[in-house]
Amino acid sequence: MRSITKFYCATGLLLGLFSCKNNSQTSLPIYGEREAVEKTVDGKQIVDTVYHTIPPFKLLNQDSTMISDKDFEGKVYIANFFFTHCPSICPTMNRNLLKIYQQYKDNEEVRFLSHSIDFKYDQPYVLKDYANKLGVTNNHWQFVSGTKAEIYGLANQYLVYTAEDKNAPGGYDHQGYLVLIDKDKRIRGAYDGTNDEQVKKLINDLPLLLSGAKK
Amino acid sequence: MRILLTTGITIGVILSILIGCQQEVDIKTAQYAVNGQKVYRTHCQNCHGEKGEGLGNLYPPLTDTTFLQTHRQELACIIKHGTSGELEVAGKKFNNTMPASNLSAIDIAYVLTYINTKINKGKNLYPLEEVEKNLKNCK
Repeated sequence: MRSITKFYCATGLLLGLFSCKNNSQTSLPIYGEREAVEKTVDGKQIVDTVYHTIPPFKLLNQDSTMISDKDFEGKVYIANFFFTHCPSICPTMNRNLLKIYQQYKDNEEVRFLSHSIDFKYDQPYVLKDYANKLGVTNNHWQFVSGTKAEIYGLANQYLVYTAEDKNAPGGYDHQGYLVLIDKDKRIRGAYDGTNDEQVKKLINDLPLLLSGAKK
Repeated sequence: MRILLTTGITIGVILSILIGCQQEVDIKTAQYAVNGQKVYRTHCQNCHGEKGEGLGNLYPPLTDTTFLQTHRQELACIIKHGTSGELEVAGKKFNNTMPASNLSAIDIAYVLTYINTKINKGKNLYPLEEVEKNLKNCK
């Protein structure tokens, strides 16, 4: 009798372990503030969680065309904040993002969105030149600029720190995160674009959000 | 027996002197390269890449040894004061601005030695005297 109990305990423990492991491998966390709201579905009161999402935006891209959140509807995308004459972290960050772009540039489910935080200098033609020289060959990687309020406000929504700072190299201070956004505009990961280990993790995590991934 | 011993010792001494001298040069080069790696990581790697591969048509690679040879006398000035305008490196045209680093002559000698011996397969140290001489003739 005792051995049967032991067996059940052991099996239970093993199952528990496996279920945890499976969870962490096939789904990514959802970041940002969340709140619980009560909704009525089919006449029943239920509690639902509302997650932080990227709000609608309209920005000018490298071809001087207005693009908006609509262009990213149903897409998984990686967003970051940089400026073209940034002497510190940006080249490394974009060198790493370029590797991911080269792998996914023909994938209809994946997009890239780089925001310039240098609202004075990075006009569309400057961004176009930068994109060409970096090796961006299609419109799946967008480079956008806007007013300081627009871009810095969006950075807050992506949970990335940006600031104008005379003492920082190049005049702007910012974090080099590559932010992974899912098809529901929720933040599913933030990876230091200058850290090889974290970039590898992003490369592993990205496919989990695509349609072929196991749910 | 004694002759054998004396000959052995003599050969040993000569050998150790030879190896000693040889190593002194190598140790100095290695020391320059190690210091140069620190300078490289802080001042160069972001744009020019960990292996000196550059980035697209934005930042030129540092692996074009022909360019490094033909522009040898200008390298110290480019590192110290930056550069702008068109450059042809590794068969590609670049037109971007490289900011001034204001590195000291010794740091420039370190980093050029690193670029010569670690990024490329050169064997020689880049002497401080040569850097100092070249810095006097910056355009």
